Amino acid sequence: MCLTHHFWGFFIPGLANGFLYALIALGYTLVYGVLQLINFAHSEVFMSGGFGGLFVVNWLIGDKHPSGLSSVWYVVIGIVAGAVIGAIVAFILERVAYRPLRRRHAPKLAFLISAIGMSYFLLSLAGKEFGRDSRTIKAPFTTTPTKPLFTFYGAPITVYDAVIAIAAIAMLIMLDRIVNATRLGQGIRAVAQDADTASLMGVDINRVIAQTFIVGGLLGGAAGFLFGLGTAGVSYTMGFTPGLKAFTAAVLGGIGNIRGAMLGGLLLGVIENLSLPCFGANWVDVVSFYILVLVLLVRPTGILGERLGRSA
Amino acid sequence: MTTTATPEKSRVTQARAFVADDRVRKLGGCLLAALVVALMTGPSGSLTSPTHGFRASLLSGRVVVFLVLGVALWGAIVGRDAIAPEVARASAVLRRFNVLRDSRSRYPAYAALLALAIVVPHLLSNFWQEVVVDQIGVYVLLAVGLNVVVGFAGLLDLGYIAFYAIGAYSSAYWTGSLPIKPPHHFNPFVSIIFAVLAAMVAGVILGAPTLRLRGDYLAIVTLGFGEIITIYANNLTSVTGGAQGPPKPVPHFSIDLFGIHYKWRLENLPYYYLLLVFVVVILVMFRCLENSRVGRAWTAIREDEVAAEASGVNTYKYKLMAFAIGASTSGFAGVLFASKIQAITPLSFLLQQSILVLVLVIFGGMGSLPGAVLGAAVIQWLPNGLRTYIKKEDLFLYLGALLVVMMIYRPQGVFPSRRRSRELAMAEAGMTTADAMSAPTAGEIQ
Repeated sequence: MCLTHHFWGFFIPGLANGFLYALIALGYTLVYGVLQLINFAHSEVFMSGGFGGLFVVNWLIGDKHPSGLSSVWYVVIGIVAGAVIGAIVAFILERVAYRPLRRRHAPKLAFLISAIGMSYFLLSLAGKEFGRDSRTIKAPFTTTPTKPLFTFYGAPITVYDAVIAIAAIAMLIMLDRIVNATRLGQGIRAVAQDADTASLMGVDINRVIAQTFIVGGLLGGAAGFLFGLGTAGVSYTMGFTPGLKAFTAAVLGGIGNIRGAMLGGLLLGVIENLSLPCFGANWVDVVSFYILVLVLLVRPTGILGERLGRSA
Repeated sequence: MTTTATPEKSRVTQARAFVADDRVRKLGGCLLAALVVALMTGPSGSLTSPTHGFRASLLSGRVVVFLVLGVALWGAIVGRDAIAPEVARASAVLRRFNVLRDSRSRYPAYAALLALAIVVPHLLSNFWQEVVVDQIGVYVLLAVGLNVVVGFAGLLDLGYIAFYAIGAYSSAYWTGSLPIKPPHHFNPFVSIIFAVLAAMVAGVILGAPTLRLRGDYLAIVTLGFGEIITIYANNLTSVTGGAQGPPKPVPHFSIDLFGIHYKWRLENLPYYYLLLVFVVVILVMFRCLENSRVGRAWTAIREDEVAAEASGVNTYKYKLMAFAIGASTSGFAGVLFASKIQAITPLSFLLQQSILVLVLVIFGGMGSLPGAVLGAAVIQWLPNGLRTYIKKEDLFLYLGALLVVMMIYRPQGVFPSRRRSRELAMAEAGMTTADAMSAPTAGEIQ
């Protein structure tokens, strides 16, 4: 079997990818929870987070070679910058492409079309302003590929994998607390359960929807920076494939279900990377598509089920 | 009477009231829109100087022009009531010229349009003839097909070009251009049958599991499918020829029947007339379909899926039918494309082509056949007409913005179908859905 060798060697990077998918998938799932719509432009929120982190970190690092504690700071600053830019773009997106349509009770088809239009607008704008080649973020930590941080069953765990895992786990826990234990989370859950009733109970729906986009944008933008730290770098088309895969992850876990999105992201990342030695790098992107179709065929509600109302 | 408000406080409330004023908000919106347009049309930045584009378009003199235009737009919006009688008079005059609305003048008008379509290409230069065939003719066919899916059935297909690719590659296979050889080599005319069948089968395979679910799942599955098809075309080198495309050029159309011998060549006009015949035939077919039982079923599904289901309409079957018809039209267009340009590569079938076709349909008007044709003609003509101003790589900046603007201000399109615009108005009043995005009630899993 293609999996017997280096199982952990493929499992670990898969897990790192999975954390990124989970962060992006949460953006889809949160918006789906409150609007029952796929936000096609979420991949561009992710992309703009990548650019935000890129510019801030490259500017701060300059010619330095950070190490030790300063590396940690650069990573944190990059994540924050990516998250803030992602949130701003998500907020503008909601204002421009969603709110005017919602006010008019436009059909769902119109929302999907305006979102896909916004997606193409944003990615072309990034391509126009920042050039169409891929750019790399200056490494905030010294990476020596031959010497990993530590090994796990013979599988090297790089600093990059560790950074993604730690940052993602911290953000996932924060999100879980926000949704379950704050007033904002209560609002999100109330709107997801029944928007009309929530508005009768005094919830400002427009405000909650905007906040939901912002929360999703924070996570997506941070994921954009973390993705950009990797070998692929940052480019104007970087959002498409991870966006599609994160959507698959959200459906796999059960769309509208927050823990489902986390689980789906991790599962998809691992499955995809484990399929790498079997099918080769050219075919990896096909795997997630078949998983999407398979889930829709066999269990369209996902592993944990759609729990739009009690979304946590 | 106690006036507790200090001067500062009242200034704050004044400022708040000022910002909350509808006219001020509209001015802000217009100015922001003007800045965005200034940025869109301005110089580009680059890898080395990412802020250059912003600085050159927003901090230079040209921004003033756009701001003035923004203020003018605001003036037109705010003063709408003042100019309303003039607008009404102008639109009444225009309506008198809208001969397609009147059933008596409709057929002479169509005949005149057809005569125009026959004569005009003769007067064009070679460049424009090529534009008319490669970019307008083929895309009219694509737009008319997607119009069945998006306009008639109210579904969103974002991987429409995948079926075009399937059609093109099927044609390449049956004419013997691919590395794998067919049992018998056919003329491209015959390959149309196989290509349309292949595209239809692909459409059914893709649509059958997905159409049982909510409509937006179809959008994302087709989006993924569009991407997968190019991966297959790229990677299956032994079947498709890989990134370079088929090793042998796809042959041109030719007739060799009953003593008539004719071969289409590189010239544009013969292909133009071939396309024109096909487009007219397909338009007539779709017009009949629209007014048939099937077309009425689609209307019922769009307007209220639950009620349609309750009245005995098999919504799943009709949605699948619309999706398959769209897919086969796309496959058909793929054959024409492959035979015209002869050398196809996976790069001819990118996702953005699907978005382009969607723009054509949305701009022309969902559910309107004349809209799809005119939309395709206008949108495909513009980038070539304005090619000195609009860079090719910035095209999708404008198309994306156009989609958003159309959805906000004119979802029924520029040449709307009367029924579709009424439905959209009704949807906004909360009476219908105007799309087929809800899950069918008879689906397997809820």
